[in-house]
Amino acid sequence: MQKIEQTNVRNFSIIAHIDHGKSTLADRLIEKTGLLTDREMQSQVLDSMDLERERGITIKLKSIRLKYKAKDGEEYILNLIDTPGHVDFNYEVSRSLAACEGALLIVDATQGIEAQTLANVYLALEQDLEIVPVINKIDLPSARPYEVKKEIEDVIGIESQDAPLISAKEGLNIEEVLEKIVEKVPAPQGDTNAPLKALIFDSYYDTYKGVVCHIRVFEGILKPGMEIRMMSSNKNYEVTEVGITTSKQESVDRLEAGDVGYVVASIKNVKDARVGDTITDHYNPTSTPLPGYKKVVPMVYSGVYPAEGEDFNSVRDALEKLQVNDASLIFEPETSVALGFGFRCGFLGLLHMEIIQERLEREFDLSIVTTAPSVIYNVKTKSGELLSIQNPTNLPDQTEIEYMEEPIVSASVMTPSDYVGAVMELCQNRRGEFKNMEYLEENRVVLHYDLPLNEVIYDFFDALKSRTRGFASLDYELKGYKEAKLVKLDILINGELVDAFSIIVHEEKAYERGRSIVERLKDEIPRHQFAVPIQAAIGSKIIARETVRALRKDVLAKCYGGDISRKKKLLEKQKEGKKRMRQIGAVEVPQEAFLAVLKYDEK
Amino acid sequence: MEKIGIYIHIPFCSSKCYYCDFISFPRLDSRIDEYINYLIKEMDLYKEWLEEYTVKTIFIGGGTPSYLEGRYIYKLLNNIYENFNVDKIEEVTIETNPGTLNKEKLRIYKKAGVNRISIGVQSLNDRLLKEIGRGHTSIDFYKNYELIRSMGFKNVNVDLMFGLPNQTLEDCQKTLEEITRLEVEHISYYSLILEERTLMNRWYNERKIKIPDEDVEREMYHRGIEFLQNKGYNHYEISNFAKDGLECKHNLIYWQIKPYIGFGIAAHSNLNQNRFWNYTKFNNYYNSIDERKPPIEGKEKIDKKMEIAEYLIMGLRLVKGINKQEFINRFNIKVEDIYGDVLKKHERQGLLYIDDRWIRFTPRGLDLSNIVYVDLLPD
Repeated sequence: MQKIEQTNVRNFSIIAHIDHGKSTLADRLIEKTGLLTDREMQSQVLDSMDLERERGITIKLKSIRLKYKAKDGEEYILNLIDTPGHVDFNYEVSRSLAACEGALLIVDATQGIEAQTLANVYLALEQDLEIVPVINKIDLPSARPYEVKKEIEDVIGIESQDAPLISAKEGLNIEEVLEKIVEKVPAPQGDTNAPLKALIFDSYYDTYKGVVCHIRVFEGILKPGMEIRMMSSNKNYEVTEVGITTSKQESVDRLEAGDVGYVVASIKNVKDARVGDTITDHYNPTSTPLPGYKKVVPMVYSGVYPAEGEDFNSVRDALEKLQVNDASLIFEPETSVALGFGFRCGFLGLLHMEIIQERLEREFDLSIVTTAPSVIYNVKTKSGELLSIQNPTNLPDQTEIEYMEEPIVSASVMTPSDYVGAVMELCQNRRGEFKNMEYLEENRVVLHYDLPLNEVIYDFFDALKSRTRGFASLDYELKGYKEAKLVKLDILINGELVDAFSIIVHEEKAYERGRSIVERLKDEIPRHQFAVPIQAAIGSKIIARETVRALRKDVLAKCYGGDISRKKKLLEKQKEGKKRMRQIGAVEVPQEAFLAVLKYDEK
Repeated sequence: MEKIGIYIHIPFCSSKCYYCDFISFPRLDSRIDEYINYLIKEMDLYKEWLEEYTVKTIFIGGGTPSYLEGRYIYKLLNNIYENFNVDKIEEVTIETNPGTLNKEKLRIYKKAGVNRISIGVQSLNDRLLKEIGRGHTSIDFYKNYELIRSMGFKNVNVDLMFGLPNQTLEDCQKTLEEITRLEVEHISYYSLILEERTLMNRWYNERKIKIPDEDVEREMYHRGIEFLQNKGYNHYEISNFAKDGLECKHNLIYWQIKPYIGFGIAAHSNLNQNRFWNYTKFNNYYNSIDERKPPIEGKEKIDKKMEIAEYLIMGLRLVKGINKQEFINRFNIKVEDIYGDVLKKHERQGLLYIDDRWIRFTPRGLDLSNIVYVDLLPD
């Protein structure tokens, strides 16, 4: 690798709202700098997980190194570090921003600034990053770039008169963006002679190499053969490879202050390379680890259990492997009467939870059952104890509880003003407390509400999208705890309490939720040889009941012309279905039933 | 010499019944002649194979075999008699539909050695018949039935269905009464199963038709069994009833998984743990025969484990059940040594009756047989 001085390095990331064109712009930058040939160029290079492509969102950040010959005649190294774009992944954003000196802020010329964008801009400003605004989608007829520029200045207070007006889709004015990066993003200024200080902003497990850490070197030098130390654990490892990521991973002989690259050391256990940790030189350590590593606090918890016949240990292995890429995922073993041995997992939000579930199923080919999500409640018992409860099963008996508190988030919903009524109605239904309403411009509004988190985690985002035809966006952060009248809602199947279905709900919502859950379960639980009652209860009081009628007939058609194979196929199909069931007492419950509890049915 | 059953598939009919998902083409008269010629050629391909077998039964099914001119049936049967060992033949059945028979056809059947006539009556309620797409009425049946008897056929089966759209318990009862009054030798009384890819299934999914709910449907079945038993019929298989000694020998071959061979498109065969089935399309079937290769689309080698499972699954369709000693004779192992736990479980749940000699379904087990079958299937 030809050596390039720090002054010619630019480390930046891209901040954008979902759909505002971040991935497309990243593709254009890659294309423009000639990193990949047309043939290699695949749409949206950075989103490499299937899941990300399908959902059109970035979950895992990655970095890529571009070479650009600027108009000043000099060659620059541009390290692009990608960031996720969903409210659940703020932590990942902060992590990647910590590795940069600047950020491109992409704003859709037709939509203007979204709540989500703001949250990330503030994260970037907190890290002292230089913000470079870019107005995208100017090719669309409804583009209003000048208004949007003004909006950026009004709302965020950053100068944007000379922001490039581009169309990432059409490849319009991409060069201008590259020039702006060179011009405005500061060069890194680390001391190469100081002790090593490098930030892990991503890491993953590679079957051949072991743990690979994506890092940003702030000070000093990192090269193979060195003995490095993880500052959070004080464990030492020998570096076997360092390198940079271009279209592929290329090993190099050293990484220096200012560089973005990867390091492979003799790290065997994925837990020892936690994202956000600082790497230093074992023999010449730095005295202070890097700031910018925020310990994440999961907001949503749920039980993850192996489905019938699935191995507990393979679920643990899979969770461990996911954890190395995703410091925000936490888990510990727990047991459920209904589901046996499994794990209590903590997630950043509902989307994060769904993504982890899907990755377990897709990437590890596991069949899992998840329980209803829960948040952390504070419980004061009559004996004066203070408890933190995130698993409804551990909630003390109602008679022993003095009072309970639930987490409240302050939520901002940005919406076209046409939908204000619909959004307010939704927030009202979810026990929201109206704070205020701001007009961003004539027909765009931000509504501020205090909402109980346990209302937000049930389908709130989907409900919001469907009521505003997809136009509203949501941002929230934990505000604090507030006393509330909460009860534990239990579900009994065939007279047996199924702990995995228990949820904590507000007293006023209990009946409605109980009704909706038993109705859903009635549709999900197959008919058995006996009638199966499904009940919702608070304590010993039954508040809703449905019955799955007994199966009266389960037969095949008469065997025609000796076609046994076909009969067997039908039976095998039936048997396959049975395997995906969870045995609860005498009742077989399909995995889908556990999902039924997650949905909030609003009629 | 080992005995074998022969099945011949006739994929032609006058109209497609709404519930039918068998391979059959309405009014494709132009292809009948050609098809019969290929059937003959297919049989020739098996001539050497079948030298070690003696034919016990022949069953001509469809479609509607009686839709064809009688001479075709004669030609097919005659070809069997000329090429295979038939000196021990016991039963030759042809499936017919009311309204398709006449004196001439029956005379030819008789001459061709047919000794059992099966009639697809389904119901004697004309409104129901129309609603399920049957092209005949009760009068057609009575006329044909009389003709059959007058031609001296002594073994007649009638197919009846229950659980049809808009069918009532009274409809079932009435049909059963009239049929038993005629003293037919054998009755198939079977439940309508909505098969995918049928018109009726589509209408059902579109909620255009209603079928009796499960409770009523089972009532039709249970009452039917009781009624037929009182009239002197042996309930010998889930859906089949016969006067003493007149059980269908051909179908017993299937239920006991003994050797059988099927000719014609989509026909299935079972020879020495080899299961195979023919092409379902005319062209594939013809091309293969032109190349003098058996027109086999797929096959399955049945291993010991599967053979045992199938033996139990099919054998339990017989009401008397599985004879434990016969099981030992066939497989050299006790059934309990393989399925001890499964059998006990379902005995406990009241689906199976087990004593020293027999394993069979309880009446409840007959209604819920799939629950037992699923557990019998090897993993």
